[in-house]
Amino acid sequence: MNLSMNWLSDYIKKDIPIKEYCHALTMSGSKVEAYEQEGSKISKVVVGKILAKAQHENADALFVCQVDIGADAPIQIVTNAKNVKEGDLVPVALDGAVLPEGKIKKCKMRGVESFGMFCGLDTLGLTSHDFPNADPDGVLVLDDECPAALGQDIQSALGYNDISVEFEITSNRPDCLSVIGLARETAATFNLPFSVPEPTFTAGGDNINDLLKIDVQNPELCPHYCAGMVRNVKIAPSPRWMRARLRASGVRPINNLVDITNYVMLEYGQPMHAFDLRFVEDSTITVRTAKAGETITTLDGVERALSEEMLVIADSKKPIGVAGVMGGEYSGMMDDTTTVVFESAYFEPTQIRRTAKALGMRTDASLRYEKGLDPHSAKQALCRAFQLVEALGAGEIVGGIIDVDNTTDARASVPFDPDWTNSFLGTEISEDAMKDYLTRLGFTVENGMVYAPSFRVDIEFKADIAEEIARIYGYDNIPSTVFKGVAEARLTEEQKFARKVESAMTALGCSEIATYSFISPKYYDKINLPADSALRKSVTITNPLGEDTSVMRTTILPSMLEILARNYNFRNDSAKLFELSKEYIPTAPDKLPEEVQRLSIGLYGGVDFYDLKGILEGLFRILHIEKVSFARCTEDCLFVEVSALHPGRSAVVSANGVVLGILGEVHPDVLETYGIGEKAYVAKLCVPELFAAAEQEITYRPLPKYPATTRDLSLLCDDEIPVAELEETIASAVGNILESVKLFDVYKGKQIAEGKKSVSYSISMRSHEGTLTDEQADAAMKRVLKALSARGAELRM
Amino acid sequence: MKQQLEQIEKSAKEALCGCASLAELEELRIRFLGKKGELTAVLKQMGKLSAEERPVIGQLANQVRSDIETALSERTAQLKSAAQAEKIKAESIDVTLPGKEQSVGRLHPLTTVMREIEEIFIGMGFSIADGPEVEYDYYNFEALNLPQGHPARDTQDTFYITENILLRTQTSSVQAHVMEQQKPPIRVISPGRVYRSDAVDATHSPLFHQIEGLVIDKGITMADLKGTLEMLMKRLYGEDCKIRLRPHHFPFTEPSAEVDVMCFHCHGEGCRLCKNEGYIELLGAGMVHPKVLVNCGIDPEVYSGFAFGLGLERIVMRRYSIQDMRLLYENDLRFLSQF
Repeated sequence: MNLSMNWLSDYIKKDIPIKEYCHALTMSGSKVEAYEQEGSKISKVVVGKILAKAQHENADALFVCQVDIGADAPIQIVTNAKNVKEGDLVPVALDGAVLPEGKIKKCKMRGVESFGMFCGLDTLGLTSHDFPNADPDGVLVLDDECPAALGQDIQSALGYNDISVEFEITSNRPDCLSVIGLARETAATFNLPFSVPEPTFTAGGDNINDLLKIDVQNPELCPHYCAGMVRNVKIAPSPRWMRARLRASGVRPINNLVDITNYVMLEYGQPMHAFDLRFVEDSTITVRTAKAGETITTLDGVERALSEEMLVIADSKKPIGVAGVMGGEYSGMMDDTTTVVFESAYFEPTQIRRTAKALGMRTDASLRYEKGLDPHSAKQALCRAFQLVEALGAGEIVGGIIDVDNTTDARASVPFDPDWTNSFLGTEISEDAMKDYLTRLGFTVENGMVYAPSFRVDIEFKADIAEEIARIYGYDNIPSTVFKGVAEARLTEEQKFARKVESAMTALGCSEIATYSFISPKYYDKINLPADSALRKSVTITNPLGEDTSVMRTTILPSMLEILARNYNFRNDSAKLFELSKEYIPTAPDKLPEEVQRLSIGLYGGVDFYDLKGILEGLFRILHIEKVSFARCTEDCLFVEVSALHPGRSAVVSANGVVLGILGEVHPDVLETYGIGEKAYVAKLCVPELFAAAEQEITYRPLPKYPATTRDLSLLCDDEIPVAELEETIASAVGNILESVKLFDVYKGKQIAEGKKSVSYSISMRSHEGTLTDEQADAAMKRVLKALSARGAELRM
Repeated sequence: MKQQLEQIEKSAKEALCGCASLAELEELRIRFLGKKGELTAVLKQMGKLSAEERPVIGQLANQVRSDIETALSERTAQLKSAAQAEKIKAESIDVTLPGKEQSVGRLHPLTTVMREIEEIFIGMGFSIADGPEVEYDYYNFEALNLPQGHPARDTQDTFYITENILLRTQTSSVQAHVMEQQKPPIRVISPGRVYRSDAVDATHSPLFHQIEGLVIDKGITMADLKGTLEMLMKRLYGEDCKIRLRPHHFPFTEPSAEVDVMCFHCHGEGCRLCKNEGYIELLGAGMVHPKVLVNCGIDPEVYSGFAFGLGLERIVMRRYSIQDMRLLYENDLRFLSQF
């Protein structure tokens, strides 16, 4: 809502510095976004009178003028304007003048000095809507509308001196989408007198009821409908003051009748519509819901299909307007319009909102109606329109108003409870002050109740009244206190665990990423997910911004791959990344999906599978997850996204038989799809499973008192045997004196037969009861060799 | 014999002076002090001496032995320290060569700041409540006094899954969950992802983060809300940070306020950063609307409370002077490694 300060001064008789005004209104609840002084982009442009105009001696298209600018001597200006003559008053941009489009300097034009420039509408930032009589292509010649003195600043001469204040009005205060509403807030804020005068006008002796019939068929959707009539209409531009106010309010002036309806809407907040009676068939206006299949071509020239829930204004045959949204094609004012019907009505807000939304039309009228207007303002607004018709001499007012009023006079009321209010706000405001604030805002306090004015549709509870009191009292004046009571504040075990995972991952050298939870369904193709995979069934957004963000991911891996690819394309040589975020797994169609927390890890650049595995092992050590095993992925792997991994270089990891996740080298096909030009590695781990597997209570194990005995072992076995199997065999053969089995070499090549490999272990043994004897160690090694031999691994000689 | 002993001492000392290595030194020790050394050889002749001479010569011999030993150990020390000095000299390196790179992991700036804000609230006695991102319309709107057809629904461009299921547009959706599960006193924050159908640009993202706060108890006042927010902002922005509350409208709070923080750049004077307002809009807050309390089974005549919601991205961007929100979700390592 843009407010003209000139307009406001009709209601507020006090000059308030604009900065103070904006701040005070913002702090009392009407937020000022910005204000603009009209003409502030113009300086050193004054009114001048052309004393003489002569042909330029070197140019046919130029004229040399002598101009009186109220100074001691006239100045010379060269112009190409054809529409000026001696005696004309024109805007003169002097040497050094600033215009919206740039600066003006004196110069020579074809050898003749010119000390400035005449201005047309566009150079001053105006249009012919603002000055309909002016030549749109020539210099603006000031007429009787603008009585001006020579040398006067052009801004004041044109009445271009308003300040337009832009308010952000919240949806609960449609009453403030009007000059009167904001004037009331201004008066309440500054504690100034305020009243709205009753509009007065003189009507003719005839009666509208003889000329027009109104039939409201759906009073629940249209509780109040007023119609008035004006005859012998003279369509013309509206006067300068009205155009200036409309312009400052951001509304384009059109002609006197249209301008009057807009003016009343801006001033009272009550939308109005004007119908040309010629196009109202049988002079009958019916307010009814649309019939199936009906269409209307609205004022903007678009044909629209109506549905049976929509309320229309119709004549005896067809809809002539969509109620509260926009008039029909022929309902507008034309140059030969002679008789006009003014509509001023109150429509039910939800209905308007639904209709406007369904038709995809948001108009100034619908925006006001859908928020809820004062059901009782229709008639007064109509009277104001008549008053303006009379003032502008725009036509003859037909006697009488058709007023179909089905509203009830139930004012919202709430108990007046000063003690509660103070205890709710934490203030000590006196009862009298509260009454004063409420009265200033138009409320009535009587018999222990607060009655809301009819234009306030947002009052229902004591808290609503508390807000009114608080904002006039000033939020700034409310003290700051610390609330009492003890509360138990702590993170849940799961929350603590997630933080531990984060810090573990950074300690392992990985940086955290943040990706969107929604992805493109094509991402499933990019990771080679089988066509029948359950993971392809995602929670789907019905109104996405685009396909790229249209489904909630069922797997976190594609998000990581995207980021790896992006970093690769940014030419970052290496990356170690992780993300702790969610996957969204659909359940039943009308139920919420399961949101499960996942950890993804991604690497590329000078790394291999074992770097990734090492990171996972490090993570498990930090989290105290023990008995971890890695195994090659099988066909029926729990994680279908394993399709994105190299089948020979991927693994599933579990702890104590519970599957935790997968890891591996990205499949060459997938690398190609993502355009990653080197090997990359990803892992996905299930956080709830990690949490369950993690040792929550840590118990200290005594440090060893006795020395360890270490034996090294080189074995020869088939290449196929995974080393993990050998380790298990060794561990179980050594028994409880085992401290560790460490692999220190795997060798294939010279001296080793084809299909075989040499594997070397360092086995550390220790007893907590005493120093191990050589015999004990030897016995253990014998058991080991025997067990290994059974597995097909022999001591390498 | 005396002369012999003196001669041994003399020649030993000379030899020691001329000795240049620890190995030579060992040879000298054997030559003079060893079992078959010169001194032993002389001492073997002690038997031939008279009873009078024997103690005198014995004393002298001991003296000579100890002198040689002292000289030997001094020389050893000298040579060792010289050798050490030589070694140290030889080992000197160019300390300006680069260190061996260790990979350093960092948290995303969104997480870092989120954790910091969580810490502040935990310090004030708040717990952290999580809630679903894919949510029923009821929790996101209805329960919060935004029934079907409410005009304020339009201001939050919502992603819908079905008619009744949507992506939550605000973490306020967790309010009703908490109130259903927990009796007052309630003191929680709920951080998380929220979704709105805003096209991506420098200041908008269809996914962003909010932190919702909720306090419900007997006797909670608007002054308490003000005090809590002031404390938050001081912890976040320093003791001299100033905030102001100004009236606003949210369907789920009454009274409602928008909370502005004094511009860090111009301190309230008005500058380009704050669009000449002197203040920067930071969060929305208010007293929990009685309808919301009733919807969640809490009697507004007995209990009152406040709620607030702040956007994480805005705080992060201001903290690090990040101009473009897209950087936060682009995940370029050159960006991530700066935090």
